[in-house]
Amino acid sequence: MAIVIDVQGLSFSFGSGALTQPVLKNITISIHTGEIVLMTGPSGSGKTTFLTIIGGLRQAHHGSVMVLDRQLINSTEQIKVSVRQQIGYIFQQHNLLKSLTALQNVSMTLEMQNSMTEQQRLEHSAEMLRAVGLGERLNYLPDQLSAGQRQRVSIARALVGQPKIVLADEPTASLDKQSGHEAVSILKRLAKESKTTILLVTHDYRILDIADRVVELEDGKIKNA
Amino acid sequence: MNGIAWFYFPARLAWRQLIFDRTKLIAATSGVLFACVLVFMQLGFRDSLYASAASAPVKLNGDLFLMHKQSEAMWRPVQFKRSELMRTLGHAAVAEVYPLYSALAPFKNIETQIKRTLMVYGLDPDSMIFDLTGLKNKQTELRLKDTVLFDEFSRPEFGPMRQLLMAGQHTTEINDYKVTVIGLFRLGVSFASDGNVITSDLNFMRIFPNRNVSDIDLGVIRLQPNTSIKQTQNELRSRLNESVNIFTYEELLEYEMNYWANIAPIGFIFGFGTVMGLVVGLVIVYQILFTDITNHRNEFATLKAMGYEHGYFVRVVFASAFFLAILGFIPGYFLSIFLYQLAESQTFMPMPMNISKVLTVFVFILSMCATAGLLAIRKLKSANPADMF
Repeated sequence: MAIVIDVQGLSFSFGSGALTQPVLKNITISIHTGEIVLMTGPSGSGKTTFLTIIGGLRQAHHGSVMVLDRQLINSTEQIKVSVRQQIGYIFQQHNLLKSLTALQNVSMTLEMQNSMTEQQRLEHSAEMLRAVGLGERLNYLPDQLSAGQRQRVSIARALVGQPKIVLADEPTASLDKQSGHEAVSILKRLAKESKTTILLVTHDYRILDIADRVVELEDGKIKNA
Repeated sequence: MNGIAWFYFPARLAWRQLIFDRTKLIAATSGVLFACVLVFMQLGFRDSLYASAASAPVKLNGDLFLMHKQSEAMWRPVQFKRSELMRTLGHAAVAEVYPLYSALAPFKNIETQIKRTLMVYGLDPDSMIFDLTGLKNKQTELRLKDTVLFDEFSRPEFGPMRQLLMAGQHTTEINDYKVTVIGLFRLGVSFASDGNVITSDLNFMRIFPNRNVSDIDLGVIRLQPNTSIKQTQNELRSRLNESVNIFTYEELLEYEMNYWANIAPIGFIFGFGTVMGLVVGLVIVYQILFTDITNHRNEFATLKAMGYEHGYFVRVVFASAFFLAILGFIPGYFLSIFLYQLAESQTFMPMPMNISKVLTVFVFILSMCATAGLLAIRKLKSANPADMF
C-alpha cells in the first residue's frame, strides 16, 4: 500500500534562543492509504502541533514531512495551500460558519473546485449530509443543531471534497459518549468506503476501537511506533 | 478560481455574513448613511452657495463687463469712472454700453418696520441689463420718481410683498428714503444679500445721495451682431485704464464663483465639512469591518485550514465594504433629497440634487468604504489557523 504521510526525523520547537521549547523530538512515522491512525497522549504532548504540521498549517524546519508526495518542511505558501485543499480537517470545535446553513457550510469545501456547477455542489453536499444522517436538517443553521449534529456537519464538510487524508483534532472532545461514538463511527464508515486515510488525535479512550493503529505521543516522542 | 467565481463566492459569503446579524447590519448601514447624508449636505450647501452667488450675474444681459480690479465680487464693488465705460464706445464693434450701480442698504419691512439689509441695483430701465420678466413690463413706470421693483424671492423677513402690494401697501423706506414698490421680479437670495431691489439710475442717486452718477459699479457692454467677443475684449483691454478688468459673461461668472470658493472662507468651510464627513464615515466603517473580521476570525481561520487563500478573504472584506456602501447610500440618498427640500424651504436658496452630485457622493462613499476595508484587512493576517487549534 502507498504511503500518504511519511514523516522522518521531524523536530519542532516553539520560541527561540534560551526560551526554546521543544515540542516534537525526532518523530518518524508512516501512514498508508486507507489507514485509520489514532494518536493519543496527554495534554501538551505535541499531538495538535503534529497535526497542524501535517495539515500544512504550521511551518516546520527540521526533518522531512512528505504529505501526498509534497515536502512540507520549509515549503512555500502555495504548496501548503494545495496540500490543505486535498485534506479534510475536522476540528475540536465544530468551527462551522454560523451564518451559513448546514448545506451551505458543507458546500464551502466545494466552492474551491471550479469543475462543478452550483447545482452539483449542492447535490453533493446534500448527499454527504444524508450520509451523516442529517438529510432532514439541510437548511438548519449551526445554532439550531445539537453539538453532535454540528460535529457531523463538520465531518460531512471534511469528507465532501473526497480528500485523500482526513485530519481530526479531538473531534469528540465536546460531545457526550453516545454522539461522540456515533460521529467517529460515521467517519470510519465513510472513510473505509472511499479509502480515505484518517489521522485522528484524541485522548478520548472511548473511541480507540475504531482505529487500525494507535500511536502514543509523550513529551514529543512516539512511544510504541 | 475563474472569472465569476473569483468574486461571486467571496461576495456571497460576505453578504450571508452581513445579513445574518440584522442588528449589526442596521448599525453599520446607519453609519454609512450618516456619512452619506453629511457629505450630501455639505456639497449641497456649497453648490447652493455657488449657485446663489451667481444668481445676479447669471441674469446679466451683455457681452462684455467692466469691473474695477479691486472689486473682489459684485456684491462688494469698488467704483470706477463712467468715462472708462464710455471710452469703449470708441471701438467699432461696441453697440451700446450701460452702467450698473449697486449698493447694500437697509430696507424697512412694511409690516414690522424692522430694517434689514438688501442689495439695491440702479440701472437705466430701458437697458434691460438684467434679463428679468418682472422688469420688462415696468420699464416706463420705473422712470417715475422714487419707484422700485422688489425681488419676490427675497427672504420672508422683508415682508410678504405680493400680499402687501395687493392690499395697496406699497410705500416703504430704503436707506431711510421713502420709495414706492411698483412691482415684483424674481432673482433670488445669495450669501451676500438677503434680498434685492431694482430701481432706475436716477432713483438710485436719490436713495443714495452720497453716490455720484459718474462713479459706477459695473459696466455692461453689448457688441454689434456677428463680432468676435474674444477679439473685441483683447482690443478693448489695451485701450482701457489698467485699473479695470474686462470680462466676458463666462469669465464674470467664474470670477464670482471663485470669490466664494477660494477668497471667501465659506468654500473652504464646506470643503472641510465634506472631508470631515468622509473621515467620520471612514472610522465608522473601519470599526465595523474590523470588529467583523475579529468576530469571524475563527471562521476565516477554519476556511484557511480548508485551503482558502488570503486573497479570498481580502475579497470578502472588500465585498462587505461594497455592500455597506450600497446599503448606506440608497437610504442616505433619499434622506438627503428630503433634507434638501427642507433646507430649501428654510434658507430660500436653491439646493438642486443632480446626477453629478449623486455620482460624486457615491464615489466618495465607495472609496471611503474601500479605504476602510484596506485598513481592516491588516487584521486578517492574525487569523492564523495554526494558532487557533
